[in-house]
Amino acid sequence: MIVEFTVNGRLRSAENVWPGESLLYVLRERMGLWGTKNACEQGECGSCTVYMDGELVCACLVAGGQADGTEIITVEGLSGEDGLHPIQQAYITEGAVQCGFCTPGLVIATHQLLHANPDPSEDEIREALAGNLCRCTGYEKIISAVRVAATEMAAG
Amino acid sequence: MVEVNFAERRPPALLDLSHLSEPKGWQHRNGTVELGAGVTYTRIVNELGAELPALAIASRTVGSPQIRNRGTVGGNLATASPAGDAHPPLLATGATVRAESMRGVRDIPVGEFFLGPKRSALEPDELIRSVSVPTARGPQQFSKVGTRNAMVIAVVSFAIALDLGRRSIGTGIGSAGPIPLEATEASDYLHAELTEGGYWEERRAIPPGVIDRFSEMVASAADPIDDVRGAARYRTHALRVMSRRTLTWAWESAGEGRPA
Repeated sequence: MIVEFTVNGRLRSAENVWPGESLLYVLRERMGLWGTKNACEQGECGSCTVYMDGELVCACLVAGGQADGTEIITVEGLSGEDGLHPIQQAYITEGAVQCGFCTPGLVIATHQLLHANPDPSEDEIREALAGNLCRCTGYEKIISAVRVAATEMAAG
Repeated sequence: MVEVNFAERRPPALLDLSHLSEPKGWQHRNGTVELGAGVTYTRIVNELGAELPALAIASRTVGSPQIRNRGTVGGNLATASPAGDAHPPLLATGATVRAESMRGVRDIPVGEFFLGPKRSALEPDELIRSVSVPTARGPQQFSKVGTRNAMVIAVVSFAIALDLGRRSIGTGIGSAGPIPLEATEASDYLHAELTEGGYWEERRAIPPGVIDRFSEMVASAADPIDDVRGAARYRTHALRVMSRRTLTWAWESAGEGRPA
């Protein structure tokens, strides 16, 4: 089947999609958007987190065909022409990136959190990021990156 | 989708119902919420906590935000895992599954829906249209044991629903038997004690001996096995603790809600 959806503001399509292949596969292997990572393929790790019609989803659990007609935002869609998004910058400055594999998913989940709740408590941060596993940093630096990003974004 | 990703299943066709609007909503009907099969856990948590508290508490423990945005009670039922988080609340509240096929519509009480691990009363040509969950008429609680707070499949879970109007107690046990179970004898025992002692009227604290006996009976209603997530003995012990705690919490809220 042909699958067509908006990704990072641009209408794109993929041909010869087997309806059961995941949105993650379509993004990475058919559209060359490798920012979204493939790790567990069972919704456990959150590495493939993207926005689908404004909601966080694990791209590995969405059938490619189900994404037809939707609006997808991946980590590639967050930075603008003037450089990195404040969340991405905060992950760098706080040392919240080690191997980097979980980072794109965490950045998207942080983006959703800070738009829903610009000044989250630590419990709220932990709850919002509960679906994103990091096996390197131990989360403390990730949580401080979220706090720094929240401050930066509030300052505009 | 996980089975498809791991090439354990290659279905000849996939039917996508996610763009239909009707299953994504709910209606109030005769004291129940008729919950469309496509309502996500996120919406249950955010919008149905007052009407369906046990189901909302259980929904809150499902997976992660990403999973709750996509997962549905309809999907949980169709999977029919003994560990499904929605099942104990649906049993405790006496919910009814509405299945539909080209042949027509039929209603299946949730207590008759589960036939075995991942086997349900759904026929191959049937889809779940909705599940009717009675609106809460008293406090409800749900408790789940897992290795962490997020992203866990229940080692064991328990739901309790008190109906202060009809004076009845509903229970549901998850992940401690081949199917989700009700602790009917425990409910009957507690009902008799509360009735004889005049507790339904006065909402005094339930004597510890009655709570202990109730929790023993809940534990003996289970039929757990040893598996990768936990031992049968542990599950039985945890059920004793969870049933005691959830009953205590629920009864305390019943007391607080008592008219002066």
